[in-house]
Amino acid sequence: MRKWLLLLVLCWGSVAQAQLEIEIVQGNASQLPIAVVPFAWRAAGPPPETGVADVVAADLYRSGLFAPMAERDMVDLPQDAEAIRFGTWRLLKVDYILIGWVNDSPNGGYDIVYQLFDVHTQERLLSQITSVGPGDLRFGAHRVADAVYEKLTGVPGAFATRIAYVSATGEGASLRYELVVADADGYGPITVVGSPEPLLSPNWSPDGSRLAYVSFEEGNSAIWIQEVATGARERISAGVGINGAPSFSPDGRFLALTLSRSGNPEVYVRELASGQTRQLTNHWAIDTEPTWSPDGKTIYFTSDRSGRPQIYAVDAAGGSARRITREGDNNARASISPDGRKVAVANGRGNEYRIAIWDLETQRLRVLTPGKLDESPSFAPNGSMILYATREGTRGVLSAVSADGNVRQRIILSEGDVREPAWSPVIR
Amino acid sequence: MKIALRLLLALTLALAVSACRKDTTPEVTEPEPAPVEQPEPVETVAAPDPRDYSDARNFDNPESLLSKRVIYFDFDKSEVKAEYRSILAAHAAYMASSSTAAVTLESHADERGTREYNLGLGERRGNAVKGLLSAGGARGGQMDVVSYGEERPVCRVSNEDCWWKNRRVEVVYTAR
Repeated sequence: MRKWLLLLVLCWGSVAQAQLEIEIVQGNASQLPIAVVPFAWRAAGPPPETGVADVVAADLYRSGLFAPMAERDMVDLPQDAEAIRFGTWRLLKVDYILIGWVNDSPNGGYDIVYQLFDVHTQERLLSQITSVGPGDLRFGAHRVADAVYEKLTGVPGAFATRIAYVSATGEGASLRYELVVADADGYGPITVVGSPEPLLSPNWSPDGSRLAYVSFEEGNSAIWIQEVATGARERISAGVGINGAPSFSPDGRFLALTLSRSGNPEVYVRELASGQTRQLTNHWAIDTEPTWSPDGKTIYFTSDRSGRPQIYAVDAAGGSARRITREGDNNARASISPDGRKVAVANGRGNEYRIAIWDLETQRLRVLTPGKLDESPSFAPNGSMILYATREGTRGVLSAVSADGNVRQRIILSEGDVREPAWSPVIR
Repeated sequence: MKIALRLLLALTLALAVSACRKDTTPEVTEPEPAPVEQPEPVETVAAPDPRDYSDARNFDNPESLLSKRVIYFDFDKSEVKAEYRSILAAHAAYMASSSTAAVTLESHADERGTREYNLGLGERRGNAVKGLLSAGGARGGQMDVVSYGEERPVCRVSNEDCWWKNRRVEVVYTAR
């Protein structure tokens, strides 16, 4: 009896602890040295297993732009500004120091109180309070990391965000697909939908509350939209042929999608409130993978009308399509940078696929990753990183690469074949 | 006693781990053969003529083209190669002879290329097969094309030995 109880616990553990591991594959040469001093725990009740400072330091580290000091190398652990001995930190070659504490918040959660200093000038760069609900301390820590990142790099952080991805586990008849949502650091994965049939193409609504995706649970492809928090969902499209590639418009009112009801895949735009659907492309080629420009005026999509897949653009209001990518054997699955200036693609050459960026202004293609089967690029909401799917042996893992190609990190799920990552918008 | 306890714990762990581990045997590429009908010892049943494509027994007769139900394709191509045309002609003849026969053309691509593009490519292959079946006498209402793109591979290694097996249309009879 005891044996089986243990067995049950072990098996449960292998599922529940299927978390993402993060490892920097390739770092930036000039990382900012920062000391993130453990935050004092001044709240009632026991402190969390992983402290706020640990979460902040891990976020800054995986951005590739910071070199947080290990706690064991810190000579003292100041909690208040008066206790910082700047001369000592200077000797330790630290440029910035972050200190803080956690209080009970009057409305039930926690207040994270923190200050950031420049060690050389002793100037206080940040002094803020982040208030979070009782279960949201980790999320609060990500917001602290966002603030520090923005202060020191000039770019808003994207740590307090989430990622969605599809995981496939098992073989043959026991194969199971799951659509998973986790924090951007891979923590706290939650399966939002599971199926023995394929799931693919998750896409976030602009407010981060809903996911559109493709499910084969009814035999053929169908598009569903699901509330992440409640699990409530609605089938949007399940016509004859392909129902695929859903993409929310930036204002959340429309869904671009691919339907093959006319006989071959074409891009359509559906108004979500009325269900009214209009055809945007009309060509015998495969037209698919629509995605919107941030201003909502242009829809980029993949088409093989020139022979191999390339990225095209069409006005969201309708009109003729124009070719966008003009370098490389084939380019597909566009993700547009938040400033609208860059198009991340899966760039194919021979049997190898890499993540590349087509710069709309310079009209140049820049390959960012080594391959060999890299696909599904998804820009972070601050444009700093691109999340993508790659292969290690016979299984899929997620990676992220900085938009300049200098920093790469690998995100591994401990079990299963992971693919189709989608980075959420900033969640407020 | 201590050793016994440790052994028990080790055994338990081993059991638990093996119970958690997923079966890693490669997927079977061929459809499972239907149980072979044992002929009655006294009465001998004549073997079906393998070229009689209206005889449903030929689905399980390896001599007959009706037993072949997977069509393979070149990379990023949807033309049905000459070697498969006789197979499709046999199935078209069967479907023409049986008003109840219905097939789902499950269409697939290899892992190269993006997933949604591969849904489109798979559908193109399925439509090419559907066109040849129609030309051979099958009626449109007997055929459904479902493209799975690259989502249901039968082989998972990233090389051509595997890829060719995945670029396929499976003719799946939902009714005979």
